[in-house]
Amino acid sequence: MSTLLEVSGVSVSFDGFKAINNLSFQIADAELRAVIGPNGAGKTTFMDIITGKTKPDEGRVVYGDRGDSLLKMSESKIAQAGVGRKFQRPTVFEDQSVFDNLMMALKKTRGPLAVLFFKPSSEDEDKVAKLAAEIGLSGALHRKSGELSHGQKQWLEIGMLLAQDPRLLLVDEPAAGMTPAEREHTTDILREAAKTRAVVVVEHDMEFVRRLNCKVTVLHEGSVLAEGSLDHVTKNEQVIEVYLGR
Amino acid sequence: MSDVALGSARRPFALRFPSVLVFLAILSIFTVVVTVLSEGFGVGVISTSFVKTLGKTLCLCLVALAMDLVWGYCGILSLGHMAFFGLGGYAIGMWLMYARTEIIVLESLAAAELPPTPEEVSDGIATQIFGVVGASEFPPIWAFAHSLPLQLAAVVVVPGLLALVFGWLAFRSRVTGVYLSILTQAMTLALSLHLFQNDSGLRGNNGLSGLQNLPGLSDVPQSIVSMWFFWASALALGLGYILCAWVVSGKFGSVIRAIRDDEARVRFLGYPVEAFKLVIFTLTAVIAGIAGALYYPQAGIVNPAEIAPIASIYLAVWVAIGGRGRLYGAVIGAAFVSLLSTWFTGGQAPDINLGFYTIQWVDWWIVILGLSFVAVTLFAPKGIGGLVDVFIDRKSPDRHGADLGPDQGALREQEAEK
Repeated sequence: MSTLLEVSGVSVSFDGFKAINNLSFQIADAELRAVIGPNGAGKTTFMDIITGKTKPDEGRVVYGDRGDSLLKMSESKIAQAGVGRKFQRPTVFEDQSVFDNLMMALKKTRGPLAVLFFKPSSEDEDKVAKLAAEIGLSGALHRKSGELSHGQKQWLEIGMLLAQDPRLLLVDEPAAGMTPAEREHTTDILREAAKTRAVVVVEHDMEFVRRLNCKVTVLHEGSVLAEGSLDHVTKNEQVIEVYLGR
Repeated sequence: MSDVALGSARRPFALRFPSVLVFLAILSIFTVVVTVLSEGFGVGVISTSFVKTLGKTLCLCLVALAMDLVWGYCGILSLGHMAFFGLGGYAIGMWLMYARTEIIVLESLAAAELPPTPEEVSDGIATQIFGVVGASEFPPIWAFAHSLPLQLAAVVVVPGLLALVFGWLAFRSRVTGVYLSILTQAMTLALSLHLFQNDSGLRGNNGLSGLQNLPGLSDVPQSIVSMWFFWASALALGLGYILCAWVVSGKFGSVIRAIRDDEARVRFLGYPVEAFKLVIFTLTAVIAGIAGALYYPQAGIVNPAEIAPIASIYLAVWVAIGGRGRLYGAVIGAAFVSLLSTWFTGGQAPDINLGFYTIQWVDWWIVILGLSFVAVTLFAPKGIGGLVDVFIDRKSPDRHGADLGPDQGALREQEAEK
C-alpha cells in the first residue's frame, strides 16, 4: 500500500485564529480512516484545504502517484484528479432529477465543449441505474431531487460520489439524519468503497465510528492529538480530557 | 432499463422538448400571417412601419432568449447584453453607411472630367460620413467597412471578443452576484460614454443613420425591404430558439443550471465553472450581436443612447416579466413589454384626464413598467410564461419558501417545476 495523500506541516489562520496548526496526516491507497474531534477542532477546514477551497498559510499537501501538490490546483482540477467530497448538509441539485444529478456526477470529461456535445451511451444509463439501485433510489430516478427526504438526499449525494469514482473520498458526517438501518447501510457502502480507494470519514458519532472499525485520527485545536485504533485513542489521557474533561 | 430510458437523452430532441415544436409552429404561422397582410407581399392591412416594428420585436425576442440563457439558466445577471446588441448594430451599420455613401460619392464624381482617384473617393466618403463631427478622415476602426463579409464577421467577433475578455477577467476573479451585475453595467456605461465622444470614430452621439437603405437596392421600396428583414429576423429567432433549447437540454444545461443554483458544489464535482460561464457569456453575447445586426437596419439608426445601461436593465425586466428560466417566457416577455411600450410611448395611448391632472402615457408608462416589474418579482415570479402552466398542468414544488440552491441567482420556489 502506497501513500495516496500526504499532508505535512499545514497551518492556516483566519484573522489570527489558528484553525489548523502544523497538521500532518497520511492516508494510503485503499484505506478507511475516521477523523474525530470536538467542535472547532478544524475538521471542516482540513477538508477545505484538501479540496482546494482554502489555501493554507504554510505546509505541503501532496497527492497521487506523481506526488502532485494540491495547493497549486483549482477546486475543479482537484476533483478531476480524483478527490471527491460529501458535505455535512446534503447538497444535491434540487431543481434537477435524481437521474440528472447522477449523470452529472458520472466520471467523464468535464470540459465545456465535451459536455455540450455529450450524449449518454446505454452503458452510462445502465451505470446510473445500477448506482440508483445501490442507494435505494431506483423508483425515484425521474423525481426532482428537491422532493426527496433528508435521508434520501444523503443517499443521492453518496451515489453521486460513487459515480465520480474518486481515488480519495472525503465524507463529512454521513450518518447525520439517518435511521439506524440506514446507518448500517452507509457503513457497508463506506467499507466497500474503502477496498478500492482511500476514504476519510469525519464523524461525531462514536457508535458509528466503532462500526466502521478502522484507524482513527483525533483532531484537537487544529492538530493531531492521537492516532490508532478506536480503543487505543479512547484510552489516551489527552483524548479523554478533550472529550470528557473540563 | 425502460424506466431510465424514459427521460433518456437518446430520444429525438424534438420529442423530448415539444415546446420547441410548438414555438416554431407559432412563429411560422405568425410570419405567414404578417406576410399575407403586409404591403409588400400581401393585401396591405399592415403598414410598412408596423412590419418594421414587428421585425424589431422579433430581434428583441432573440436578445431576450440570450438574456434568459445567461441569467435564467446560468444565474449570471448580466446588465450588459444590450451593449453587445448595440455593437452588432454598429458593425453592420458601418458597412451600410460606407457602401451607400460610396455610391453617392461615385455618382457625384462621375460628372468630373478626369476619373476620380481612389483617394478622392475615399476622402469624399469620409467627408460625407464624418463631416457631422468635424472630421474628414477614416478612423482606423473603419478599415474593413468597405467589405460586407468582414463587417458581418465583426457582428459576431466584436461582441464575442469583448464578452470573452470581460468574462475571463470577471469570472476568474470569482466576481458573482450583484458585484458582477455592477461590473457589467460599468462596462456598458463606459462603452456608451466612449461612443458619445465625437472622436470615438463612430460619429459620437449622431450614431450611424440611414441604415434602412440597402446599398445598391435604392429601387426596391421599403415595403419589400422591410419584409426581407422581417423574414430574416423570424428565421434568426427560430434558429436561436432551437440553439438555446439544444444548449439547455442536455448535460450542458444540467451543469449551467447547477452553477446557477450552487456554484461551489459544481466545482467539487470537477467542472471548471469559470469556463462554463465564459462559454455561456460569450455565446449569448454573439446571439445578442446578431440580433442587433438585424434590428438596427430596421430601426434605421444606431446611436450610443441605445447602449446606455438602461437598455440592458429593460432587457432583464422583459425576461423577468415573461418568466425567467423558460425560453418561451423570455420571448413572451420581450414581445409583450416592448410592443406595449411602443404603444404607450408612441403617443397612441389616449391620455387620461383626471380633471386636476392629465396622465400622459409617454411619461407614465415607465412608472407602470417599474411597478409591474416589482409586482411580478414579488407576487408572480413565474411571470407571464407562468400562465402556460395552467394549461400543461405544471406545478411548483412546495418548499416552504426555500430557494433551490444557496446562490444569489438560484431558482426561486415558484419558478421551479415540481
